[in-house]
Amino acid sequence: MIGLPHFLVLAGILFSIAVAGIFLNRKNVIVLLMCIELMLLAVNFNFVAFSRWLGDVNGQVFVFFILTVAAAESAIGLAILVVLFREGRSINVDSLNRMQG
Amino acid sequence: MNIFATPDLLLALPEVVLLAATCFILLLDACLSDARRQVSYLLSLLTLLVTAVFTAALPDGSHIGFSGLFVVDGVAKLLKLVTCGAVAAVFLYSKDYLIQRGLLKGEYFVLVLFATLGIFVMASARSLLTLYMGIELLALSQYTLVAFDRDSPVAAESAMKYFVLGAIASGLLLYGISILYGVSGTFDLAQLTLQFHSGAAHQVGLLFGLAFLLAGIAFKFGAVPFHMWVPDVYEGAPTSVTMFLSAAPKLAYFALAFRVLAEGLGGALDAWQPMLILLVVLSLAVGNVVAVAQTNLKRMLAYSTISNVGFILLGFLAGTPFGYRAALFYTISYVLMAMGSFAMIILLARRGFEADRIDDFKGLAHRSPWFAWMMLFLMMSTAGVPPFVGFFAKLYVVQAVLDIGLTWLAVVAVLFSVIGAFYYLRVIKVMFFDAPSESALLVASPAFKFLLSANALAALVLGVLNSNLAETIAKALP
Repeated sequence: MIGLPHFLVLAGILFSIAVAGIFLNRKNVIVLLMCIELMLLAVNFNFVAFSRWLGDVNGQVFVFFILTVAAAESAIGLAILVVLFREGRSINVDSLNRMQG
Repeated sequence: MNIFATPDLLLALPEVVLLAATCFILLLDACLSDARRQVSYLLSLLTLLVTAVFTAALPDGSHIGFSGLFVVDGVAKLLKLVTCGAVAAVFLYSKDYLIQRGLLKGEYFVLVLFATLGIFVMASARSLLTLYMGIELLALSQYTLVAFDRDSPVAAESAMKYFVLGAIASGLLLYGISILYGVSGTFDLAQLTLQFHSGAAHQVGLLFGLAFLLAGIAFKFGAVPFHMWVPDVYEGAPTSVTMFLSAAPKLAYFALAFRVLAEGLGGALDAWQPMLILLVVLSLAVGNVVAVAQTNLKRMLAYSTISNVGFILLGFLAGTPFGYRAALFYTISYVLMAMGSFAMIILLARRGFEADRIDDFKGLAHRSPWFAWMMLFLMMSTAGVPPFVGFFAKLYVVQAVLDIGLTWLAVVAVLFSVIGAFYYLRVIKVMFFDAPSESALLVASPAFKFLLSANALAALVLGVLNSNLAETIAKALP
């Protein structure tokens, strides 16, 4: 029987993969954007699981708001990425090192 | 409860006006030629004025609207009014700077106004959902503002860093909210309080969610160890944007911390106080010590922000009404001083020269004694020298910590603020005792000079009249 703990563990694993992806990834900024998206989706998993478990619809309403914001967020992320590529002709994470200190 | 009842729109009138006016400016600006861009500027100032008037006209006392999602109370009103003032000052300060660099575009005003709307929503949030919407509206506008100068390579890089780290912060915050929702079954801050007072909520779950929530708040504030983005963003963004980022959003993050920690989770003080102590000690240490090594003034001010955030959180961790008032006092006085410091950089800057190195202030006393003194006022106030407002801000937060018996923490705070005084004094030394490296006169409009002088003198006047400011805050935050 699959219950609430299974959903929470799955969401936790997805969230950890996303965070690890952001900090370990040394290659490509687009992968960072994917990790951010995964992070928000892991949270959505949590909300839906809790919402079902509590029998309260508010959690699912929150999910719709997160999905909308996530769409706006990736739009802005990609826009910044375009500006970044235009300036440096590269979207490597390692090239983000002009400022130090 | 009838969910189809018309919400009490009058409570949100300032927000409605701000949103409508911002959308109007966005549309109008698309039809304007570059020569008439000033119209957007003037309309933006007018919008802020009207919004402030509507905010001031809101009824006194605490009123709840939109089925409990939205609240208008003393703190919300005070934060909104200060925000209007701070944002209007940012517009006035940044106009000439933007014109010189060919950046006077409608997007700047529209984005700043949308960010202001985000701050307003956060100030009035009574539910975690409202709070989240406000945070995101503010954050998304901020990312875009940092990348606003599209031809600057450092701006794009710092915007990317800010975006990624800010998104992680939102993710952590949301994960914390989801856990809190799981253990309490509600997003309503007032109901959360009830849950924790009655001990109905699951303790381990509460701690788990709280840790994530606090990490998210610390990220937004820029408290150590979540401060990596602050120096890069401050340095990379155009100075007028840095000025906005350093000032008004701090009021929003104050609202975030106050609504979540004090109002929602006040009953869990024992759980979040130790975590805040850790953040405060680290912020004070890293902020003050690393700032000493900086040669770039914007970076130095960024580390100064980190240490000041430590002080704001110091007021919070007391968990007493006096502590929250002290934190609000500190936030408002910090906004005033940060705006003044960045305005000084804008004053010295001109096309092709950003004046963001400490060396650029060499011999300012010979070039313009008046503004050297104004900078001296601002630096003294930020360092916490009496009788400036910064001194009383520090005094109140330290007093709040002493009241709850954490003497060692008060001693640590005072020690680090003494170390911090060193780098503020270095700026003063460079201005007054070094030979000027150039002799160009300072060019700025009379309005700019007047506002900057008023801003710096306000640090002195508010210091002398600190009891009046403290009373206003006590009335707003009983």
